[in-house]
Amino acid sequence: MADKGDIELAAVLKRYGSAIAVDSISLKIPAGTYCCLLGPSGCGKSSTLRMIAGHEDVSDGDILLGNEVINDLPPARRGTAMMFQNYALFPHLDCIDNVAFSLKMKGVAKAERRARAMELLRLVDMQDYAARLPAQLSGGQQQRIALARALITGPSALLLDEPLSALDPFLRARMREELKRLQKELGISFIHVTHSQEEAMALADLVVVMNRGRIEQAASARAVFNTPRTAFVARFIGGHNIVEAPADGGGRQRISVRADRAALTAPGSGEAGFGGTVRAVEYLGSVVHVGISPNGGTDFAVDQGEFLVAVNENKFFAAPVALGDAVSVSWKLEDIHVLEA
Amino acid sequence: MQSKSYIPYLQVAPLAFVFGAFLVIPILTILVVSFWDYDFARIIPDFVLTNYRELLGSPVTLRTYLNTLRYAAIVWVATLAIGFTIAYFLAFHVRSDTWQTACFLICTVPFLTSNIIRMISWIPFLGRNGLLNSALVGAGIVDQPLEFLLFSDFAVVLAFVHLYTLFMIVPIFNSMMRIDRSLIEAAYDAGANGLQVLTSVIVPLCKPGIAIGSIFVVTLVMGDFVTVRFMSGGQSASVGLMMSNAISLLQYPAAAANAVILLVVVLLMVGAMMRIVDIRKEL
Repeated sequence: MADKGDIELAAVLKRYGSAIAVDSISLKIPAGTYCCLLGPSGCGKSSTLRMIAGHEDVSDGDILLGNEVINDLPPARRGTAMMFQNYALFPHLDCIDNVAFSLKMKGVAKAERRARAMELLRLVDMQDYAARLPAQLSGGQQQRIALARALITGPSALLLDEPLSALDPFLRARMREELKRLQKELGISFIHVTHSQEEAMALADLVVVMNRGRIEQAASARAVFNTPRTAFVARFIGGHNIVEAPADGGGRQRISVRADRAALTAPGSGEAGFGGTVRAVEYLGSVVHVGISPNGGTDFAVDQGEFLVAVNENKFFAAPVALGDAVSVSWKLEDIHVLEA
Repeated sequence: MQSKSYIPYLQVAPLAFVFGAFLVIPILTILVVSFWDYDFARIIPDFVLTNYRELLGSPVTLRTYLNTLRYAAIVWVATLAIGFTIAYFLAFHVRSDTWQTACFLICTVPFLTSNIIRMISWIPFLGRNGLLNSALVGAGIVDQPLEFLLFSDFAVVLAFVHLYTLFMIVPIFNSMMRIDRSLIEAAYDAGANGLQVLTSVIVPLCKPGIAIGSIFVVTLVMGDFVTVRFMSGGQSASVGLMMSNAISLLQYPAAAANAVILLVVVLLMVGAMMRIVDIRKEL
């Protein structure tokens, strides 16, 4: 028996003309989950969200909320609420009327809907701005109003379409914390579309990495980072080296090695590795990124010709390397993760 | 370096000249002439209030103004209803940009001919033995040709609506195209039905366009005399017609006084509309 707030996608397909945007994906999002749909633009993450919201028809397959198939329900009757990328606040209504909009549509009396809207404004700490028009607010404030407007419907899932992309980096980090706090407080599912792996890792209980209309991996942030299923995931999530290496039983296999688990060593030490030349050195504060192109004749073929080693700042400056230096890269066998594709 | 102080004046000079020569001086002239005296053949420079006294004291003036206002009101309602509907269709139901442009251009086709020709073309259609009456009688819908079709208030309003609906379509369409489509999705998301989206989101956001279109239509109808003369067959009066008659009798000061009063009335109406809607957002 599914919980009331569980969302399930069963072989959901979205076709635009002959192009397939979402290719028969299946996914279960348990109630109360912070789920991030992560992927590059055009990977189908927004179409998926919009199908869940009901702003896009499902070409094939089913979307379930709890035990109910919601494919053909209008957006407002699905028990979901959407927060739009540009917030989509009504420019002619002040904040309190924006938040109270859905209640007005339901025919709730003015005094009552304003009182309810005021509660929501208090929840997002915007009670002092009730009489302002959206144009008089900053991006972060507009977002809070949009949040309040979506939450006033009492949804069992909140759908957020790239909610942080319009904000500057500092505000983005702050709003990120707030979204997470709000999700925990409300205990409902948040489904958050983003192309930022950092955002997804910071927020999500369930990271769904998408590519070309398919789900590459759906797992916790730690699982996605430590055991990426495919080379695409490893590349997209960052901090990984993808290496084609000899397999144990003969033949070749693709493995990933985390940049911070590889080390610059004297030739011959470590359990596996190769020799190469330093091609890039980037100081990033607590770590230094060193890019190494392998010498010819090694057993390893490195993705995109450059192997990244993230060296701790102290370690790096204890034995610094410079562009053009010959170095050895090595890693422990336990740090190898074999990719499926 | 200190910039030369006369440069800004030089920069506004062309526009100031155009405004002065084609707007301010003519209006001032009319204002001055409206206080002049006249007899059957001459206009006499003077300062008399007789022109205004005669106009404002005459019941004909009031009746004519009321009739013109009635035209303006009916035409406003009709052009607004038709214009809003067409603009809505173009903006929200025609999906492809190509078709949107094509349909929009089709709306403007009638404007490739002159006002007069478009008006006259109604006459063979609406006349006693015109196409419409022949068709109605032929189809047995009416026994006798309908008399009210031509040379009537109906014909006047019909011609006005035909002439001026585009002035309503263009600004409303423009307003509608600026509405962020995600606002409409957001409204549906909040549980609005189609009618509620229209009344709570689209109409409020189209107000500036509606106001601009209304200003066009109302000022055009208030000042018109050709349409009223042609389509009413001389049976109805409008303020413009009144002035035109005065001019044909060489009573320029009387016409000028009437023009001043009309200008004041129209400015008051436009002022009232701009009080209600802030159109600056659209400009």
